[in-house]
Amino acid sequence: MDPIEVTICAGTACVVMDGSQLALLEEHLPPRLRGRVKLRGANCLELCHGHGAALAPHVLVEGQPLERATMARLVARIESLLPAGH
Amino acid sequence: MARDSNAVRLRRELLVNLAQAIFQGDLPERADRIPLEMLPRNERGQGLRCCIHSERAILRYRAMALLGFSIQDETDELKPLAEYAREALARKGRDERLLTVIEDACSACVQSTYFVSNACRGCMAQSCSLNCPKQAIRMESGRAVIDPALCVDCGRCRDMCSFNAIMRIPIPCEEACPAEAIARGASGKQEITHDLCIACGKCMQACPFGAIAEQSELVDVLSALAVGQELVVLFAPALAAQFEAPLENLVGALRRLGFRGVVEVAAGADQAALAEQIELEERLEAGDPFMTSSCCPAYTGLVSARLPKLQPRVSSTPTPLTLAARMAEQRFPGVPRVFISPCVAKRREALGGSVEHVLTIEELGAALVARDIEVATCEASLADIPATNLGRRFAAAGGVAAAIAGTGGPETEAISGLGKDSLRRLRLYASGKGPAKFLEVMACEGGCVAGPCTMAEPKAARRRIEGAAPGGAGQGQGA
Repeated sequence: MDPIEVTICAGTACVVMDGSQLALLEEHLPPRLRGRVKLRGANCLELCHGHGAALAPHVLVEGQPLERATMARLVARIESLLPAGH
Repeated sequence: MARDSNAVRLRRELLVNLAQAIFQGDLPERADRIPLEMLPRNERGQGLRCCIHSERAILRYRAMALLGFSIQDETDELKPLAEYAREALARKGRDERLLTVIEDACSACVQSTYFVSNACRGCMAQSCSLNCPKQAIRMESGRAVIDPALCVDCGRCRDMCSFNAIMRIPIPCEEACPAEAIARGASGKQEITHDLCIACGKCMQACPFGAIAEQSELVDVLSALAVGQELVVLFAPALAAQFEAPLENLVGALRRLGFRGVVEVAAGADQAALAEQIELEERLEAGDPFMTSSCCPAYTGLVSARLPKLQPRVSSTPTPLTLAARMAEQRFPGVPRVFISPCVAKRREALGGSVEHVLTIEELGAALVARDIEVATCEASLADIPATNLGRRFAAAGGVAAAIAGTGGPETEAISGLGKDSLRRLRLYASGKGPAKFLEVMACEGGCVAGPCTMAEPKAARRRIEGAAPGGAGQGQGA
């Protein structure tokens, strides 16, 4: 199975809204997810859509946006994409 | 461990909203609407502590602090934020208090730090009650009950319980304060004793209700920028570690925000490192047993308040901020200086007169968002007074000691984070039994990159400081 691609927005609003900790995702993955996530950082992903900081920080998981991302919500989203039994 | 906090999110969102209103010139008109817009009736009001009206009222108090007012000075609950905003816009000078407790947000935590859980079996031994030195425990309906009025928090009951049924519930702000400057007041809510407070900001970080707020200068600085007033910005080295962008882009972002001059406080750290090396050599030759750093004002405040025996050992070298402020004044005479600070303590230091205004790193971040400035894509620019990587590394714990030891100097030790263990270590030095000749002390664990007013995860920020990650200070302008 291809690794799940996670892109963390490093735009200013996302950093201000506590998004920089999400870059440490690999340290927070449960054992069964380790090695199955491809993490990359990116300059502003322009996902704010006029909402300023209210919906930040933003993350893309397999191209799908996750608003108000927290470490727990991000891990849960990744887990939900793993097929049963993996 | 990652620790997401709604208290932090709300504070920063509020900062961004206030900054937008200041820049747009409609702060008084918008101020009272901001709590309503942030907590709309059908959205985020659900599931909060009481009702949406209570949450909005607390948000109003947070805004009041960010407008620069002490909550304790409120005389009329009906005074609108608009009026506070107008007073803030007309204000000259600063309030010397730094932190204020939002009483309505303070949950008053627990009555006693010891709590009897459901695991209590109401046993026949009743060791908890019989061994309590204050007779604060009685048996009621087959269970032990602690009388908070009598309990002195000694913990003997917990040690005596065979079922581990008694637990200690800390009061986070009191637990975090290394200066014992915050305690429950007559109202039952926490109160800060400002004479003891060393402004380390640990209470602010620790409170899960976000009940301790800073009295900000946001309005004073951003309203000046909004009308094009000339200001020079002096930024702490910890700021460069906040963004995944080269230092030159950050300097460009500060210029785009409207600052006429940009000064790296790390340039002051470069000078301080050299001066401290010379001072240490002179002191050791004169027979002093050791010297401690002086750059962390929370630490030097703690020495004044709690560790007077260490006072003669604190370096007399001016702080990096003081030195950088002098350089800024020479380069931009008469232009008001704004320091971008990672913490509350440096705000206090600045109140001593080294600069005219202070913004925290969080507040600067909010200003950038309000102006829609993307740091990474800003035009690269050099600081008017640049620094070397030696000074930039002062922002991470061990940076000062490394600068001293790097010249083949004497043995050094770095204490990072003021807490019970580090206080014990400091007392060892105060008694003359410390092993090192130079002792670096930083109030925040990890150094200034972990300051209470920073934004980036400290581990990632530290990597950037050390140049291990792209865009860090270590890869900025050359040494």
